[in-house]
Amino acid sequence: MRDLLELTPEGLYCPQGDFHVDPWRRVPRAVITHAHADHARAGCDRYLCSSAGKLVLRSRIGAGSPIDTLRFRESVSFNGVRVSLHPAGHLLGSAQVRIEHGGLTWVVSGDYKLQADPTCEPFEHVECDVFVSESTFGLPVYRWQEPEGIAAEINAWWRANRDAGRTSVLLAYSLGKAQRLAAMVDPSIGPIMAHGAVMKLVEAYRSSGVRLPPIDRVPPRARRVGDGRGLVIAPPSVLGGSWLRLFGESSVALASGWMMLRGVRRRRGFEKGFAVSDHADFPGLLTAIDASRAGRVLVTHGFSEPLARFLRETRGLDATVLPTRFTGESSPDAAEKAEGEAVDDDPETLTEAVEADADFGIGEPS
Amino acid sequence: MKRFTDLYWRLDATTSTNEKVAALRDYFATAPHADAACALAVLSGGRQMRSVSSGLLREWAAAATGLPAWMVEECYAHVGDLAETLALLLPDPSAAGEGDGASLADVMQTTIHDLRGASEERKREVVAGVWGRLAPRERIVWHKLLTGGCRVGVSKTLVARALAEVAGVDQAVMAHRLMGDAVADGAAFARLLDPAPTDADSRRPYPFFLASALERSTVGEVAEDLGPLAEWQAEWKWDGMRAQIVRRGGDATVWSRGEELVSDAFPEIAAAAARLPPGTVLDGELLAVREGTLLGFGSLSKRAGRVRVTKKILEEIPCLFVAYDQLEAGGEDLRDRPLAERREMLERLVTTPFDATPAGFPAEAGRLFLSPLVIADSWDGLAGLRAGSRARGVEGLMLKRRNSPYGVGRTRGDWWKWKIEPLEIDAVLLYAQAGHGRRAGLHSDYTLGLWQDGRLVTVAKAYSGLSDDEIVEIDRIVRATTLEKHGPVRICQPTLVMQLAFEGVARSTRHKSGLAVRFPRIVRWRRDKEPAEAGTLADLERMIDAGR
Repeated sequence: MRDLLELTPEGLYCPQGDFHVDPWRRVPRAVITHAHADHARAGCDRYLCSSAGKLVLRSRIGAGSPIDTLRFRESVSFNGVRVSLHPAGHLLGSAQVRIEHGGLTWVVSGDYKLQADPTCEPFEHVECDVFVSESTFGLPVYRWQEPEGIAAEINAWWRANRDAGRTSVLLAYSLGKAQRLAAMVDPSIGPIMAHGAVMKLVEAYRSSGVRLPPIDRVPPRARRVGDGRGLVIAPPSVLGGSWLRLFGESSVALASGWMMLRGVRRRRGFEKGFAVSDHADFPGLLTAIDASRAGRVLVTHGFSEPLARFLRETRGLDATVLPTRFTGESSPDAAEKAEGEAVDDDPETLTEAVEADADFGIGEPS
Repeated sequence: MKRFTDLYWRLDATTSTNEKVAALRDYFATAPHADAACALAVLSGGRQMRSVSSGLLREWAAAATGLPAWMVEECYAHVGDLAETLALLLPDPSAAGEGDGASLADVMQTTIHDLRGASEERKREVVAGVWGRLAPRERIVWHKLLTGGCRVGVSKTLVARALAEVAGVDQAVMAHRLMGDAVADGAAFARLLDPAPTDADSRRPYPFFLASALERSTVGEVAEDLGPLAEWQAEWKWDGMRAQIVRRGGDATVWSRGEELVSDAFPEIAAAAARLPPGTVLDGELLAVREGTLLGFGSLSKRAGRVRVTKKILEEIPCLFVAYDQLEAGGEDLRDRPLAERREMLERLVTTPFDATPAGFPAEAGRLFLSPLVIADSWDGLAGLRAGSRARGVEGLMLKRRNSPYGVGRTRGDWWKWKIEPLEIDAVLLYAQAGHGRRAGLHSDYTLGLWQDGRLVTVAKAYSGLSDDEIVEIDRIVRATTLEKHGPVRICQPTLVMQLAFEGVARSTRHKSGLAVRFPRIVRWRRDKEPAEAGTLADLERMIDAGR
């Protein structure tokens, strides 16, 4: 019997319902889990995403193609295949796609996290027969600290910098992580500013009804910004360029799950790193996989081989690797490098850099 | 333990030299002397004994976390640092908080030193106890102490600077005091901080003066940079072990550049040195020479690694000392005098020049020889002699300014290494392995191969010479072209060509190819070449003859 979903050169495809999930190429109908560039490519004829994620997706794929939406848990039928979307907790509007046909249920989880995030709907456990899971941080060395603890660390760093008259520059992926961080920190410490690329998505979040503290856009052609009290949120691509010099004396930290590893932090030359991620940590992956009660698990995107083997050996699951478009694995450096390719303070160039990361076959840098 | 843990993370968090010195100074000024002595031993990178093998630790960690052993290995390969891997994997301690209040000296004694020779059960009990007590940030430091790999990125110079500031003595005096016998306990540490000169100063060698490599190496460039040849003294650059002979008071000692006392490993040199007049210090090179043939550095390290040298080893690897500088005469420190003057004194003391050719050297000269001068009337002439280095078994030339004092450390300008150009061949990347430390999780160690009868045969493992960006890029290619994984090693499709440099080729039974290259390193990534254009084993074989 044919599987409900198949891997084609365009990505995951449902032959019965004639649609793709997070396709890599232009297709007639794309069901999108979330708006990160490696999941949502521009140029498809029609899109379907969660209503919560529509504005964010629109800001990424541009005007033109129509976007259909579903409220979470609402379903639609494509040629007898029932499709519904359920919160994935990765970023605003991120969804797991539940696909049901002929008595079998698949869930494509996209990227997900189980941790609390004030800027998006919490992850929902959906039972299914086949669960497609990411594995970006699928090794047991990855165990996240509680968000309150991380927030306290970031606040303490910001406060210490402020007291020393240094601007705090926090580097984070511009969609999702940046907004989550803005909502996590304590705005009473000082003013929050953001790079243009981040601001564009802050607007999309606000228009979608997410409450964020006041954030000022760093003016594109300013000569000197702030007085050493502020927190600046910017994408990692500003590293190495002249943009950082706007702030005079500053302390630069990277917020990324990879910062869990001392070697990565040292190699990248950061004095400070915060291990905060929008992906599930190892225990989170196991919790989600167990709760799905799926007998078959397809592991993709990250440490898929060890995680699949672990699931087979410890749970007796039928767990295999689902190859991503590029056979390589993600790695700490590849992930950040890709976003860091184009170094420019112009947000437009940055958009290209973000697009480019899909060409490297890596995920968003957590 | 908490104080040392704080120091470790403070050092780890900064790249600024001043900040590091400040952290060290704060620690040494406040830590109990017994703790400070332990910390100093760790920071100086002295050889630390492993009391528990890394294999056992991994096995116990697997049991403690309920993870399969292969998963622990997978994590280790990814993290690239065992101490950190274990700290990340183990469950958080039941009693939350900053571990126990035990001092570093106590922790070192009871949980590390006492384990040596203990039964496996006892070791496991102690390790499990510590795992249950220490917070993760303390655990990682403790693991590093336990496995003997606690490197924190501070040089001896920085440690000496911080201690000199704490003691209120000159940095050179402190550097001098730090050489030699390890600071074994609190009392020894207190003596280290003594502002007055101490008795033990008498056997210490001087801090070594180190040469820098000449970056520009054509004759014209060298001549332009260094000026008239008459201002320079040229000698061969020996492939041996740098050492000082210290003859003071009743005995003579031999010191390696690693600031270790190696008299016991080289008893025949110490005996020969004892016949020098008291108050003499010579700087030179230990060489292994048998029947007129230089044995090279590998044989020497075999000697140096021995605690006790057997008669057999003495016969198999006979050593001698080639002196090239005199630092002390009649108890007087000569280091501020010009080299030319020191050389004259040396020539009066050690009269037989060492001749590296197989013609041999007179037995009556004993074990002490003079490093001969390499004489030429022009830079071109000197370059011509340098070209014959490989045939002589030397690495090139040393150039020393005739009017220069004997400095401290690697101060540029007066001493230069003018090494011969390395041999080179283009080789294909076949296996890649994840690195450690800064390169943890990145595939940065490569095994390279050459063609033979249409197949690629491995010839060398090399890892330096590429930029961080290149390593990241290669890491991505390695991951995408992996054919097989064996633990941390990946066998890749042959797609990448590297220009490999090395100092020589010899026949070897250790490698599949039957050849071994000396000091291999990657010079550059040949993006312009296809694997089919890489070199062959036959090309490499021809270099054996070219070499000698």
